[in-house]
Amino acid sequence: MKGVLLGPQQLKVSLGDAVSALGREGPIALVTCGWQEREDNDEDLPGQLGRKTINLKLYERGEQVLAADKSFARAHRARQDQLRQIQEFYRLRLERTFDAALDIARKSAGTDLEADELRLSMEQIRRIDQEHLERVSSLREAYELQLRPMERPVIAKHRKELKAILDSVGILAIAGGHVAVLMNRLRMFGLKDLLADQALVAWSGGAMVTGERVVLFHESPPEGFGISEVLEQGIGLHAGVLPLPNPRLRLKLDEPLRVGWLSKRYAPSKCVAMDQGDFVLFEDNRWFGEEGTVLLKEDGTVGTGWTH
Amino acid sequence: MSDLAIDKLKKGPHDGPALDAFMHSHAFPLVEGGKVTFVFRGAVEAVHLKSWVYGLPNSQPLHHLANTDLWHLTLDIPPKSRVEYKFEIVRNGNGQWIEDPLNPYRATDPFGANSVVHGEGYTVPEWTQVDPDARPGTLEPWVVKSKAFNDTRGFLVYLPARFRKTRRYPLLFVHDGPDYVRFANLKTVLDNLIHRLEIPDLVVALTGSPNRIGEYADDERHARYVTEEAIPDLEARLPLLGTPRGRCLMGASFGGVASLSTAVRYPGFYGRLLLQSGSFAFSDIGHQNKRGPAFEPVVRFMNRFRENPVLVADKAFISCCMHESLIYENRSLIPMLQTTELELKYVEARDGHNWENWRDRLREGLSWLFPGPLRMVYE
Repeated sequence: MKGVLLGPQQLKVSLGDAVSALGREGPIALVTCGWQEREDNDEDLPGQLGRKTINLKLYERGEQVLAADKSFARAHRARQDQLRQIQEFYRLRLERTFDAALDIARKSAGTDLEADELRLSMEQIRRIDQEHLERVSSLREAYELQLRPMERPVIAKHRKELKAILDSVGILAIAGGHVAVLMNRLRMFGLKDLLADQALVAWSGGAMVTGERVVLFHESPPEGFGISEVLEQGIGLHAGVLPLPNPRLRLKLDEPLRVGWLSKRYAPSKCVAMDQGDFVLFEDNRWFGEEGTVLLKEDGTVGTGWTH
Repeated sequence: MSDLAIDKLKKGPHDGPALDAFMHSHAFPLVEGGKVTFVFRGAVEAVHLKSWVYGLPNSQPLHHLANTDLWHLTLDIPPKSRVEYKFEIVRNGNGQWIEDPLNPYRATDPFGANSVVHGEGYTVPEWTQVDPDARPGTLEPWVVKSKAFNDTRGFLVYLPARFRKTRRYPLLFVHDGPDYVRFANLKTVLDNLIHRLEIPDLVVALTGSPNRIGEYADDERHARYVTEEAIPDLEARLPLLGTPRGRCLMGASFGGVASLSTAVRYPGFYGRLLLQSGSFAFSDIGHQNKRGPAFEPVVRFMNRFRENPVLVADKAFISCCMHESLIYENRSLIPMLQTTELELKYVEARDGHNWENWRDRLREGLSWLFPGPLRMVYE
């Protein structure tokens, strides 16, 4: 697949440049379901993208599905409750392990022994992340086996309509917003399987959900250290890069400990921070970062303008 | 040898030009490390510093620098602290309280204004100031007929910028709401914290009382008005969650007492409490108190509560300041609440019993009681 991942677009719009860089003709299919009830407020996007757009209205379609298929809606909500609970327990486990790792880091004077201890802490954190991903995936698989969402008439009807729209466009554009809602709707309609050779333009939360895994992060929350956490497997339209939008607000790139740990924790994916208007291009496994994008390195430093 | 600017001035020449140079080259009060020097210039008989720091005298004389019109006093000031004060100047034997004419920083409250000095490291939190990117919520007038008080009560309701009737919102019920808006920038704080996704969209009832000292001091009518009249009316006419975890009582000083006593009278109805510098006066022997008749019902209520602390909510955020006398009562309340299953967060700051202190704790309190979607939303 070919595509562009972008940072936020509120203060510096670069969607038009991204579309131009893809060299694809035709209208653009839009996903704005991360905006939830504001899904329809997309009037600025055709101008910004420089093309005619067709909004897939996944949020509204999802609401129609939940209203029409009551047994599906009940099972869906029960599954969402389970996912929330699993996430909460994962967070508890993660926080304790992370606190221990921080204590070890604070006491460390840089000896080989201490470096080994820190490596061990990082392995523990990575294992907790991995186990959480596996747990969420098995819950999803069980749910899909039990409910067979793609075969349910109301969802099948929407998928048929979505397929027709997607066949008429050259680009799929996914806006940011609430990433759990985005994931929910993209999965509900099995959007990945409806794609042919469309290119992707995804910004902010949209860039996050379309990768291999979705990582929630904010290093300056009102309280606490601000430990990032894995939500679940992403949609998988691109691989190799973990997009981190809006670093000015959400990351502390001047703290080598944080930068190094983020980079090590999510390796082999490359952690790439994208501020307002910044973007990275990809084609299959090849990546090209625009000048403004920032690569987080394992030694705690950052680099700009990179290829991979 | 002291490095303080005032000591250098005292040691050197302090004629007219030297004094003028000293005044022009510094901002006042002079904060140097952990010390603050208050300065006043004028032809007066005496100057006193009036402040309300628990453990220190309420009135301290400034020293006169001989053969000048300059008065000064140096005190310790811990880092990140905030102290409100006034000067009392004495002319012809008569004292007059004034704000510090050399200090541009002032804090307002229902009684007027005070001068403010900041210890090193204190900055006014940027989330308390208007952010042009934050969409402002609206304030709507609201009227409730009260059988409890046999009158009609009006207040304001804050609706978040993206308010929609199809959603369900938590309700924050604020005592002394207009004062919180006027003196603690509550509306701006709500706009900013919602914009930053640090709290969810909230509906906020900004209520007041025509007789807060009486009604907020464990008055059964007040609890009934809030729980059986005002909140049911809000829940009937607005899309509110209507569950304990979606209801929070908030207040400072006597408003803190009103919040706690209302929750105690209606166990299970409220899930969240935000109590700031609550006037939680109590006595260990009998019901006497040194704070005056207004506190008598408070002492009786707190003594009852302390004898039998019950679970009043799921979560409570309590803040108090080290410079106020109520620190003793608030610290004493914490172990009582910890004997219940209440999830509790208690914070202290180096500040006093004032609105800007309550303002500065709002982010921590609101975002702890109502965590926002900042980890989930990436626009």
